[in-house]
Amino acid sequence: MTSGIRRTGIEKTMKVVLLISALASVLIVVLIFLFTMKEAMPAFREIGVWKLLSGTTWRPGNGEFGILAMIAGSGLVTLGAVVIGVPLALCTAVFLSEIAPEWIVRIVRPSIELLAGIPSVVYGLFGMVVIVPLIRTIPAPGNAGYGLLSASIVLAVMVLPTIANISEFAIRSVPRGYREGSLALGATKWETISRVMIPAARPGIISAVVLGLGRALGETIAMIMVIGNSVVLPTAITGNPLSIFLSRARTLTGNIAVEISYATGVHESALFATGVVLFVLIMLVNSSARFLLNKGAH
Amino acid sequence: MNKRSRTQIAAFGMFWLAGIVAVLIMAFVVGYIMVKGLPGITPEFFTTSPRGGLSGDGGIYSTIVTTFYMIVVTLAFAAPLGVGAAIYLSEYSGNTDKRIIRKLVSIARFGVETLSGVPSIIFGLFGYALFVTAMHFGFSILSASLAGACLIIPVIIRTTEEALKSVPAGYREGSLALGANRWETTWKVVLPAAFRGISTGILLSAGRIVSETAIFFVTLGGSYRVPHSLMSGGRSMALHVYYLAMETRAFDKAMSTAAVLVALIVVMNLTINVITSKIATKQG
Amino acid sequence: METEVTRMQAEDYSLFYGKFKALNKINIKIPSNRITAFIGPSGCGKSTFLRSFNRMNDLIPSVTTSGTVFLDNRDVAKEDVVELRKKVGMVFQRPNPFPKSIFDNVAYGPRLHGTKNRSDLAVLVERSLRQAAVWDEVKDDLHKSGMSLSGGQQQRLCIARAIAVEPEVILMDEPASALDPVATLKIEELMNELKKNYTIAIVTHNMQQAGRVSDYTAFLLTDENRAGNLIEFGSTKQIFTTPSDSRTEDYISGRFG
Repeated sequence: MTSGIRRTGIEKTMKVVLLISALASVLIVVLIFLFTMKEAMPAFREIGVWKLLSGTTWRPGNGEFGILAMIAGSGLVTLGAVVIGVPLALCTAVFLSEIAPEWIVRIVRPSIELLAGIPSVVYGLFGMVVIVPLIRTIPAPGNAGYGLLSASIVLAVMVLPTIANISEFAIRSVPRGYREGSLALGATKWETISRVMIPAARPGIISAVVLGLGRALGETIAMIMVIGNSVVLPTAITGNPLSIFLSRARTLTGNIAVEISYATGVHESALFATGVVLFVLIMLVNSSARFLLNKGAH
Repeated sequence: MNKRSRTQIAAFGMFWLAGIVAVLIMAFVVGYIMVKGLPGITPEFFTTSPRGGLSGDGGIYSTIVTTFYMIVVTLAFAAPLGVGAAIYLSEYSGNTDKRIIRKLVSIARFGVETLSGVPSIIFGLFGYALFVTAMHFGFSILSASLAGACLIIPVIIRTTEEALKSVPAGYREGSLALGANRWETTWKVVLPAAFRGISTGILLSAGRIVSETAIFFVTLGGSYRVPHSLMSGGRSMALHVYYLAMETRAFDKAMSTAAVLVALIVVMNLTINVITSKIATKQG
Repeated sequence: METEVTRMQAEDYSLFYGKFKALNKINIKIPSNRITAFIGPSGCGKSTFLRSFNRMNDLIPSVTTSGTVFLDNRDVAKEDVVELRKKVGMVFQRPNPFPKSIFDNVAYGPRLHGTKNRSDLAVLVERSLRQAAVWDEVKDDLHKSGMSLSGGQQQRLCIARAIAVEPEVILMDEPASALDPVATLKIEELMNELKKNYTIAIVTHNMQQAGRVSDYTAFLLTDENRAGNLIEFGSTKQIFTTPSDSRTEDYISGRFG
């Protein structure tokens, strides 16, 4: 009888302990939000939200804290990565789900898994010794190789696995009946893929791209290593507007990482404010991806 | 040949090209790191610590020790919490009519999803504010591990939940029908059956700690010495690559360290794949 | 039987999944503008055989065949598969409308095969939906998703989709097995209408259905090696009343299967 009471006691205790563990993630999210907000408040108060967001100069020594250049840097490098990486990732996803024979899949998929596992600092190093010197050969005044284009290329490879994996899964989840129905009507394989399979998988594919976007915005170390880190609003360095990608830049993430260890006072607070902006941006991106995924499920 | 089949050939050519390019990128990145890095890897490279200063000389001994500490301490925090959370979400949350519990479960799920989308530099910033500064742990293995734990908790929860879900319902019913309660069933039947799956999740998380740089860049301090306690600062191998490349410009040493790092990740991936395929054959 | 025109034909046709023989030397002539039913216990290969007529088995990499299947006396293996499937339409066991509008579902095939003009398509869509006896129920909702219809309507939409490419033959793989009795009856009535213009081959596990709708019946059964054999083929009336093979009689009278 006593052992029965003891057993019930353990059961009840464990239930509470496990519930608390389950709620730990929420607690961490709340703590992160509160702490970052609390530390950012002085900056928001003293500099002003609008001035912080729209200011183009970041000179902590002079008390100037505008992060527009970093917002532009993060935005442009992500755009570049999307333009380079998304077509490759989507084509790979279609290849793996619809076209490649089984033995090819067994080569390609582990390769992509490995790409996903390579540490970002290794990508950064690879960018510094391979991509940057390559970009430096583009003849343009002031082109040092370090800049948005190098960073976009590195980032494109880094988000490739995320986008390819989720898209492949989305295409594979399309009911087999759709494929058979289309082929039975005399559609070619390609017509079936382009007119039935991809449209049916579209919500999943879009959310894959959006999740990739979120990852790109959050990348830190590899960006610091190849983007040049200058706090300037990126501009075209020659007459060609595309040469804006040869410009050096700094990302929101890089701004935090590079300066936090020695910043004090309003400067430190402004870096936390940078974190809040990044956090909000990524939450928006991720929740829209989740929204699209759920919409696709119904 | 008609236009429709020509279009198909062109499109398929493009997809084959994409698949080949993806493999070539992997082969080029890994191959380049290995070819440039392996020549510098000698036994001394593993047994000596970095010389420090601006020379870039020395090996990676202390960084291996720090990486090892980071894995152990981070998992000590994250694994019990993550596995516990997953057990609650998968084993306990289903059989309740209480509205408050259901509400708590959906809040918990939201927390996990949000956490898994937070970029690592935010964990770094948070760790810097809370552990390094507010709690006065300083730049230390303790601060860095606590911040790192936030990164891997969602990973452990997700993989553990998957492992628990793959345990056949019959196991639970069998145990419950013999008069075992929920916890006894979980502890004695479900967890052992899900052990392999959970261990791949733990291994995956260890890999994330090995790879992570941004969090530790702002919480671990970067000392190149061998850490002697939880309160010591240090630098993991990944962080060492960063300092070698960015501060001392010792690219050959950076390449060698990166090669060790990539080799370690490959071994971990292979181990995970072996365990996973064993699970598959066991269940198939 | 001698007076019928043969539309499709199999000659010593065998099919293998890897090393496993699933169909054994089948010989049959499918008459034009008639409904031919394939019956037999599950696993006898009747669905696999049906899918040989439009080469849907090509999708399974391990499948190999011997012997020949003809459409209008031409070997289907030598036909362009896209052209073949245009001539030999198929309706599946589960209704499988695409996640597109009703209009786009029906217009899918004609668009592929070159009809681009919107008004031509509109005419074709209406005619197909009318032939499939679903027009009156959907004519005001052509822009709605095909998935929003009931199961029976979805299946008739799929029949309309198959008709829209103007095939010669329609293959039906247990087209009513996922439907309720009322919807089933509608499909059966529809088949009787359709045979005026099309040759129909249907697989069914429901003997009453075969008896009700078909003109000819083929009975398949697995042999001791689990390979499907054609046991008997004849007019439905003859198969159901005076089968010449004792195994057919056993199956018809419900002694096994």
